[in-house]
Amino acid sequence: MLALLLCLVFLLLIVIITTYAERKVAAFIQDRLGPTESGPHGILQSVADVLKLLQKEDIIPAAADKPLFTLAPIIMFAAVRAGFGVIPITPSVIASGAYLGVFYLLAIISLDVIGLLMAGWGSNNKYAVLGAMRSVGQIVSYEIPAGLAVLCVVMISQSLDLQEISFQQGILMNQFSGLEKEANYLFGLKALNLDVTFIGGITTWNIFRMPFLFIAFIIYFISSLAECNRAPFDIPEAESELVAGFHVEYSGFRFAAMFLAEYSMMVLVSLVAVVLFLGSWNTPFPNIGPATLATWTTGTPGTWTGHLWGVVWLLSKTVILIYTQIWIRWTFPRLRVDQLMHLCWKVFTPIMLVLVLLTGLWRLWMI
Amino acid sequence: MKEYISNRYNNNFFSVVGALLKGMQLTLQHFFRAGKRREPTYVSDANYFKQPEGLVTLTYPYEALPVPEVGRYRLHNEIDDCIVCDLCAKICPVNCIEIESIKATEDIGITSDGTKKRLHAAVFNIDLAKCCYCGLCTTVCPTDCLTMTKVYDFPETDVKNMIYHFTNLSPEEARQKQQQYDKQQAEIAETKAAALRARQEASNDKGEK
Repeated sequence: MLALLLCLVFLLLIVIITTYAERKVAAFIQDRLGPTESGPHGILQSVADVLKLLQKEDIIPAAADKPLFTLAPIIMFAAVRAGFGVIPITPSVIASGAYLGVFYLLAIISLDVIGLLMAGWGSNNKYAVLGAMRSVGQIVSYEIPAGLAVLCVVMISQSLDLQEISFQQGILMNQFSGLEKEANYLFGLKALNLDVTFIGGITTWNIFRMPFLFIAFIIYFISSLAECNRAPFDIPEAESELVAGFHVEYSGFRFAAMFLAEYSMMVLVSLVAVVLFLGSWNTPFPNIGPATLATWTTGTPGTWTGHLWGVVWLLSKTVILIYTQIWIRWTFPRLRVDQLMHLCWKVFTPIMLVLVLLTGLWRLWMI
Repeated sequence: MKEYISNRYNNNFFSVVGALLKGMQLTLQHFFRAGKRREPTYVSDANYFKQPEGLVTLTYPYEALPVPEVGRYRLHNEIDDCIVCDLCAKICPVNCIEIESIKATEDIGITSDGTKKRLHAAVFNIDLAKCCYCGLCTTVCPTDCLTMTKVYDFPETDVKNMIYHFTNLSPEEARQKQQQYDKQQAEIAETKAAALRARQEASNDKGEK
């Protein structure tokens, strides 16, 4: 119950902060000031925006397909929110310790596409349909490299449970039921015979247990940008030249729901990247001889120190990824649609297929 | 075309990634220099052209770049120094100055530069919505009472409010001055007429003799 509250309130707060951060970071990168008027340094800007959108008239175009049009933003918002349910926040706090967490997450991210298509089709506007088609085409394409990257991690950790994957990446591994007798070796290779189970820190993160997962992480990160419709893959929206593709007909509260869903998606994919590749809620500092940095910065699971350290590490890593997403958006120009598909099908997918093979071989060396 | 591009740019993987990272480095530099702000200094300030980094935006209503002393912005008329000579209204290319004068009946003092004032300004209106900010009126002003100030931000929601009234007489006072003047004129006319009559009578008397 506590975890559910954390998911709904706490993560919604992160989303609100992210929308504010987006505007401020964009402004600073472009040598501007960004929002300054609402609250000190404009910190209430996102709240003001949402309040403004809530007050607006609820306009449904006369020719729109009403049930689809009204349902689409709710589906998008609810789907992304539901994704947060399986994210482990600390060693002992997880809203739903689903055994098939990773599978569920991939399904949730795909459900977003249905909301997009409903919004585009239901608007009864040719530009909205075109925008939705491109958006769906892009998201469905990029799900393949992203899914293969996730598959690599699943092969290494032999589990679909996100909490189990998290425990595997740190010094607390043996405290998870079912992993009591497991051991982590440097780069996951038993042949090296260097046991790092109690060294922990960055040496047990998935990108370190199987170094090629770093490439998988980069590809997952870029694909997740495409799945969130973020620059440089924002052709579906392209706010600088097209007016927002699939959601042209939306305004007021419905637009706010879509907007928040988009930013929630951004937070969600960053959280998933952290959990799968960057050691989840585990500390990055390893135990080095007498300086047991990892133990000091992990706390005792189940107590408030454990909760606090878990949240701090999970969120700080997520914030870095979210910052990188924003940073990339305000640096790179948009890809052309053929370049976008070229990158997905001719570059990422073959690389990921090779990596899946390599991960399978690596897994054989790990046991 | 393709050959040209591949000759011009080294399109191998590492140079492309290097170029991408270079771009990200550039934006990151700007992000970390955001602590610095451009200062609202005047153009003659030594620092004016030496602020290559940091945020360039000034939060305008709170901060603003200083404007030059000789800038041509909102007009102001110091009515106590005005001799209501109407030169400004005559030179104005867009007829934005409207003046009605009343001759003074009594001594109304001198301006600060010593010119004797002989006229009341019943109406002295400048329509700044029509003004073209050429500054001709200020150059012809003999007492330098009409000047251009540094104020450039004076928008109004109603265009009528763009008409500035500079007279120091209320309409009642103006009417009173006009009546005084008319009365004085009537008195003068009467005395003149009386004098004329007296002279005519005198000449008539002479003629009779």
